[in-house]
Amino acid sequence: MPKKYHINTTPVPPRLPRIGKHGIVDWREDCARCHNCVKKACVYDRHRQETEYIRNLKDVDDLFFDCMGCFSCVQDCTKGLLSLTINPVYEQLGNNYWTPDIILSTWLQAETGKVPVSGAGYKGKFSGPGFDSMWTDMSEIVRPTRDGIHGREYISTSVDLGRKPAVLSFDEKNLVTAQPPLISLPLPLIIDNRPHGYRLPKLEPIFVETAARTGLISILDADQWPLENIDEDRHLPHVAFFLRPDSPGVPREVLKKTKLVEIADHDGVITWIKKLKDMHPDLVAAVRLKLDSHGVERAVALAQEETMEVIHVVADLNGNEIGAENPRFIKDMIRQIHTTLIEIGKRDEVTIMAGGGIALAEHMAKAIICGADLVTTNLPFMIALECHLCDSCETGFSCPAKLEDIPFDYSVGRMTNLVSAWHLQLIEVMGAMGMREARRLRGDVGRAMFFEELEEQIFGKIFGTKK
Amino acid sequence: MEKFSEQKNKFDDVLPENTRKTFVPQVKVSREIKLAPPRYRNEIAKYIIRRSDDDCIRCGKCVNVCPYDVHVLKPGYKYFASAQSHFCKGPGCEKTDHYCVALCPQGALRMVENPMMRALGDFRWTADMILATWKMATTGDSPSEDYGFDYQCGDSGGGFDRLRFKFPDKPDVALNEDDIDIGIELNRRNDRRPCIRIDVPWYGGGMSFGSVSNVTQLAKVRGAAAWNTFSCTGEGGYMERMKPYDDYMITQVATGLFGIREETIQRVRIVEFKYAQGAKPGLGGHLLGDKNTQAVARMREAVVGIPLFSPFPFHSVYSIEDHMKHIDWIKHINRRALVSTKVSTPTDVDMVAIGSCAAGTHIIHLDGAYGGTGAAPDIAKKNIAIPIEYAISKVHDFLTSEGVRGKVTLMASGGVRTAHDVAKAIALGADGVVIGTAELVALGCVRCSRCESGRGCPRGIATTDIELAAKMSVEWATQRIINLYNAWRKELIGILLRFGMRSITELRGRTDLLIHLDFSNDNMQKT
Repeated sequence: MPKKYHINTTPVPPRLPRIGKHGIVDWREDCARCHNCVKKACVYDRHRQETEYIRNLKDVDDLFFDCMGCFSCVQDCTKGLLSLTINPVYEQLGNNYWTPDIILSTWLQAETGKVPVSGAGYKGKFSGPGFDSMWTDMSEIVRPTRDGIHGREYISTSVDLGRKPAVLSFDEKNLVTAQPPLISLPLPLIIDNRPHGYRLPKLEPIFVETAARTGLISILDADQWPLENIDEDRHLPHVAFFLRPDSPGVPREVLKKTKLVEIADHDGVITWIKKLKDMHPDLVAAVRLKLDSHGVERAVALAQEETMEVIHVVADLNGNEIGAENPRFIKDMIRQIHTTLIEIGKRDEVTIMAGGGIALAEHMAKAIICGADLVTTNLPFMIALECHLCDSCETGFSCPAKLEDIPFDYSVGRMTNLVSAWHLQLIEVMGAMGMREARRLRGDVGRAMFFEELEEQIFGKIFGTKK
Repeated sequence: MEKFSEQKNKFDDVLPENTRKTFVPQVKVSREIKLAPPRYRNEIAKYIIRRSDDDCIRCGKCVNVCPYDVHVLKPGYKYFASAQSHFCKGPGCEKTDHYCVALCPQGALRMVENPMMRALGDFRWTADMILATWKMATTGDSPSEDYGFDYQCGDSGGGFDRLRFKFPDKPDVALNEDDIDIGIELNRRNDRRPCIRIDVPWYGGGMSFGSVSNVTQLAKVRGAAAWNTFSCTGEGGYMERMKPYDDYMITQVATGLFGIREETIQRVRIVEFKYAQGAKPGLGGHLLGDKNTQAVARMREAVVGIPLFSPFPFHSVYSIEDHMKHIDWIKHINRRALVSTKVSTPTDVDMVAIGSCAAGTHIIHLDGAYGGTGAAPDIAKKNIAIPIEYAISKVHDFLTSEGVRGKVTLMASGGVRTAHDVAKAIALGADGVVIGTAELVALGCVRCSRCESGRGCPRGIATTDIELAAKMSVEWATQRIINLYNAWRKELIGILLRFGMRSITELRGRTDLLIHLDFSNDNMQKT
């Protein structure tokens, strides 16, 4: 059995005032000053904490929003002076896809490194667009299953990147098929290049260090090299340079120390890969491909090239087809690529990385079920640093998360915690499915149920045609 | 359908004497409906009356005209006390002759929707649904339409929330409330085991001592005793205080076997195997260390403060044959018990159900993906296994096509929040339902989701903290549950009256009486 993948985590509290979902509105002027004040009875001691917080307030608009929303004080105040409200700052977090709940959950994971747990059942929508329109399966009585999360059996989350030969040939004694380079990642996750607004020089070494600590790979734009404070021998194996036709070249000795390189898709990409492989035969080359209206067809075409090792398909930040009026979602595009490659007998030869819209650990599992080998993401790591996804940076306003002044250890700790939480959650869903290997999860749609299919199969025969 | 209740139960004569080892006198609980006011001073209201202190001349006219005692001006006091807005009927009052806002000579009053409603509830349990459930638990009756609660459906956008009943303009048969029977039989096997009949088509789901307080557990079973139905121990042992209600308890045997003894299996009429649960399908159970207090640890024979895991699955069960051995084991230990098998809802839930039926279970309890009361990983609650609405149809159809539907009782849980959900679940094919969250809401739960750690539930429901648990009395909590059951019973009877049905069993599988708001509804068939 390989060494068990484990990430050491320590709690990393937020630097900035917490932004909770609820806040208490307190009409103090009518207070009776009674001796049995409900504020003293707060199970979470939040009212006392708020008083202390206000005493040391740095900014006048830094309000205290750490209420747990139990309504106990609201309902018990003798004068009925307290009200509970939704924090307006919470409601402004993120956008329609990167919802406030996703941001709060990511902050919690980045702080604790643990799986978010709560009581009282599920509180959300029945189904939704994108990844919310599918459920993962679980094993019941009749299937052997695993007890992964409690450590009885090892659940491997490792995946491989690279080209795999369709068949192996042997002479009388030896394997004669050429073995292309293969990278083994302990988690089906790669830290993707940041969108332009989020590219701060100070952040890049943080991403690289996080990748090194967690055993992952961080994609880095070639024009951002060289980075400060980099131990090349330790960090470069966890860096994948992203090369565009107009990128400045990366020094050969630097490239040699990396394992993966990513090249923007363009007309001459195959020639470029061949040249690169001639120089660095041990390097795995990925082609980064935008999932626009031609993305799926292009991915299928690239997969048929003999030199193709890894195809990185990328939708927009919300997981949608790029530039389309009625965009397809990434899960559907992955399924289409995956099934087409199976039909033409090429699926096992290339690795498919999928990025765009991967916001939660569940999306990682679901994208793999739909047919990706692994996923790439970037914004969750920004959120881990308390980013609000407010786009202030795009418009030139000051960053509410103060990313320009971010401490190194804090940042790496938060991102590492997030990776650990995602790892644990992947194990949770795989354990429930009775799966022991992330490799085997790829394309196993039998381990998932899709909303549209269930509606049609079960309700369709009762209620007719879906509107 | 065959009427099992008509068979005279003479099995006591043939059962071995040692089947039931303990003889604790059983306590009767009255089904009487009594007012059980909320235990918090300021009940949350959907509509509130705002008073302008500048304009109000404190003439007291509002006090005099309001028949619901919303306005309070205590004798000897110059100023009004806080309005009891939860009594206010809301906009429904506008058309009456006692609408305080219109009658105030100074125009000092105005009615607004309570802004706190946004902070209460969620898509599945809306604020209206929570407040309506509180009203039911208080009065034993559905809230008047005047309150304006939209509580029959949630806002989840799917499943029960998109299903509606297609009521006829006039029922074929005009019935009285007294003609209608909403009870169901639980043993359909005709296997010389007792024919247990419950008076309402639901029973209480398993919530262990540890996950909830002993007051909550006791109130649940007392409510069940009053209504001749059941409550379940969950996996946390059998409290001494439960013994006077043995006849209404279900002993749950789950994977951790916490608190399971031969004696606890023998003292009850139903034993439930829990293979999985809707809150965290495929993940077993987890009691966080903070909630493993001295009393909980003693009951579970564990060490105080240590997190307790119930592994998934039963490591003695990897096939239906193994499952059959489990059932045989229980049947031999307790010759008078029915066996229930609680499973979650994987894609092949129909195969699981038929297997369990073949293994000899009396009750198949499907716990759908969106249910659950206790702590669970968020990723599991949202993503694993299918919602109960699909599972009911799937299992009912498959058992019917295999010709065994009449041999097993199908109970459904996981997102059953109202009496209308009960009726919809039955119309989809269940015989009855198992409820959990609704009972907790009746006790004052606001679904803040903080049951999982620290001292546990701040409202004293899902906690093992002695101080917090003391926030409720057993008598009050019992009455709230009795009242809720009564309100649901009345609503179910109302539904059956409109269909002209004498028994809830007539509704089972009547999908032709349902419409789905997202479908064409032109293929209505009776299943």
